[in-house]
Amino acid sequence: MTSHLEARYHRQRVPLLWWARRRSYAMFMLRELSSAFVALFVVELLFLIRAVGRGPAAYEGYLDALAHPAMIVVNVVAVAFVLLHAVTFANLTPRAMVVKVRGRRVPSRAVLAGVYFGWLVVTAVLAWLVVG
Amino acid sequence: MSDSITLQVVRYRPDEEDAGPVVVDYEVPLRRDWAILDALNHIKDELDGTLSYRWSCRMGICGSCGMMINGEPKLTCATFLVDLAPGPVHVAPLANFPVIRDLIVDITDFMQKLGRVKPWLIRDEEKPVDDGEYLQTPAELSDFKQFSMCINCMLCYAACPVYGLDGEFVGPAAIALAHRYNLDSRDEGERERLTILAQPEGVWDCTFVGECSAACPKGVDPAGAIQQAKLAAAQDAVKSLLLPWRSR
Repeated sequence: MTSHLEARYHRQRVPLLWWARRRSYAMFMLRELSSAFVALFVVELLFLIRAVGRGPAAYEGYLDALAHPAMIVVNVVAVAFVLLHAVTFANLTPRAMVVKVRGRRVPSRAVLAGVYFGWLVVTAVLAWLVVG
Repeated sequence: MSDSITLQVVRYRPDEEDAGPVVVDYEVPLRRDWAILDALNHIKDELDGTLSYRWSCRMGICGSCGMMINGEPKLTCATFLVDLAPGPVHVAPLANFPVIRDLIVDITDFMQKLGRVKPWLIRDEEKPVDDGEYLQTPAELSDFKQFSMCINCMLCYAACPVYGLDGEFVGPAAIALAHRYNLDSRDEGERERLTILAQPEGVWDCTFVGECSAACPKGVDPAGAIQQAKLAAAQDAVKSLLLPWRSR
């Protein structure tokens, strides 16, 4: 129920382009948008699995489709967004996770270093699997 | 340096006809020791006694004088004119809250949310007063101390686009305070608070824009608190899924 006093309140509306008015809001929207590109890579991966399952001809077709200039441009943009996603996500970790060792709080920098080190290890293992 | 500065004050007078908010310019002395609040008091005392705004302590403790200064949520007692010279300085009521009159917003929604998260010590069984205080080590205090610095000024709510778009969101300060008590070694009320925090309009509405922490005049990190509360809620959900007999 709205009282007659509340009915006279001025309700401030959030403008449609609220995120364009401040750099930090715009960065946040870019980070949100980056999830779409993460999803794009998942879809690409699913298509790859399907192509591999269907045999060498389908796999060649998949590679040809990816070699199309338009796909290369899309994928370069997607890599940039996925990196933004990963880096911003990693950088937020020390604020979301309080790590304690023997009752003492581990400094944020050490937590962050741990995250990047883990990322490096996973990347190295994947690179070894793909290249090696 | 000029000896005066213009304040563009957003005014809303609901008792007047066609009463949409209007911007009124006031020329005030540009004094080195004056904060925006001093300029507003000057307007009220010398230029226009009808101007309405909230204030109390003038020293960044009471949390009453939060307003939008040039579009940013600020405590007007801690924002100085000289830092905004040559001006003009735009002064508007706190964003995301309904405006009652001029620079005064209705804070009922925040007060109700604050109460819902039970920001006080909850014990399964209260100790008799004769047994003395609940003791705590400095290390246990440091676990939550920064979150206890909140002065309920609501600048974080004005900075939060999620709260602006979805009024149901419990919001940064209330969640940070709930988290402050959850981290307190003397408290046993985490599960009670979790029933509120783990709702969709609790921690999960937050998308970690992070502006609440940037706006906080007391150095509290509500955004961090919310993410830590998310982690706690998720761990609790997994635990109750894997060990259902342990959850009450």
